[in-house]
Amino acid sequence: MSNEWPLWEVFIRGQHGMSHRHVGSLHAPDAEMAIKNARDVYTRRNEGISIWVVEAKNISASSPSDKGPLYEPSNSKVYRHPTFFDIPEEVGAM
Amino acid sequence: MTRDEALFQFLLRLGDNTLVLSHRISEWCGHAPVLEEDIALANTALDLIGQTQLWLGFAGEVEGEGRTADNLAYLRDVWDFRNLLMLERPNGDFGKTMMRQFLFDAWQSVLLSKLLSSSDTQIAEIAEKASKEVAYQLERSAGTVVGLGDGTVESHNRMQEALDDLWPYTGEMFLGDEADEVLAQDGIAPDAASLKPDWDELVGGVLKSATLQIPSTKFAHKGGKTGTHTEHLGFILADMQFLQRAYPAASW
Repeated sequence: MSNEWPLWEVFIRGQHGMSHRHVGSLHAPDAEMAIKNARDVYTRRNEGISIWVVEAKNISASSPSDKGPLYEPSNSKVYRHPTFFDIPEEVGAM
Repeated sequence: MTRDEALFQFLLRLGDNTLVLSHRISEWCGHAPVLEEDIALANTALDLIGQTQLWLGFAGEVEGEGRTADNLAYLRDVWDFRNLLMLERPNGDFGKTMMRQFLFDAWQSVLLSKLLSSSDTQIAEIAEKASKEVAYQLERSAGTVVGLGDGTVESHNRMQEALDDLWPYTGEMFLGDEADEVLAQDGIAPDAASLKPDWDELVGGVLKSATLQIPSTKFAHKGGKTGTHTEHLGFILADMQFLQRAYPAASW
């Protein structure tokens, strides 16, 4: 048994950002305290307007050793990028 | 006592409360049990210093003798300080520090909510700014008191000891004097005793959740509000004021 508090990953939505971004991690006894700690550790300089925390053990990650099979096949498929279309100016930024 | 004399005393009390507690909290910097709490305590100390600047800055204006917030903080002696005795008490362990923080945060939140409608607009404005910070500090300190009080046997016992030790210092918050009466008459600040029912309810609820027993003693240490302090304040000032005393008007 460990006396350490669990590790939490912290995601913050910035003042102008559309999505939450991972900013770091911290220890806390529960989710509520994790949000409070995140507020104190990661939003001291007015960085955010919303905080998500998730216990690190609940995150499933892809394996670095699968890098080849997972990502390389898309290298040769440039047609997946929408750069071959003429976009009318009225559409604006895509 | 004139209105301005009363107001000056009242502002010194508010500013000295936050100044002295800020100094005590800052003593944890680099020593807190975990990194996250260390940063949270430093944030609290800085919030309190911000509030001090506003209260003591206004106190200097009301006094009208050209003293700034810095002059009042660094160049007064023990007997001129007006903070509550509870706030100059040594920190003790982390739990005790948070218990004191909670008892004070609860009082500040009740007081500031009344000051929002002060007939003095400058007080109302400072109260509005400070109450946002205090709302967060209260949430945090109350959460910690519940977490540790209703925690392990060890943490529960330590929190009960902290409460037993600090409780006799809470009565001073509700003892009014002539200055309080003058300001209450003018609608500038609430009567000190009038804050007690709200504070009792708030503190009682949290301590109940924390499974802690409120001590039965009615004894109240007093004197801080009028300048009679414990031996601890002198050591705080020796530490805090050293630089300005040794190198007058030093800046960096």
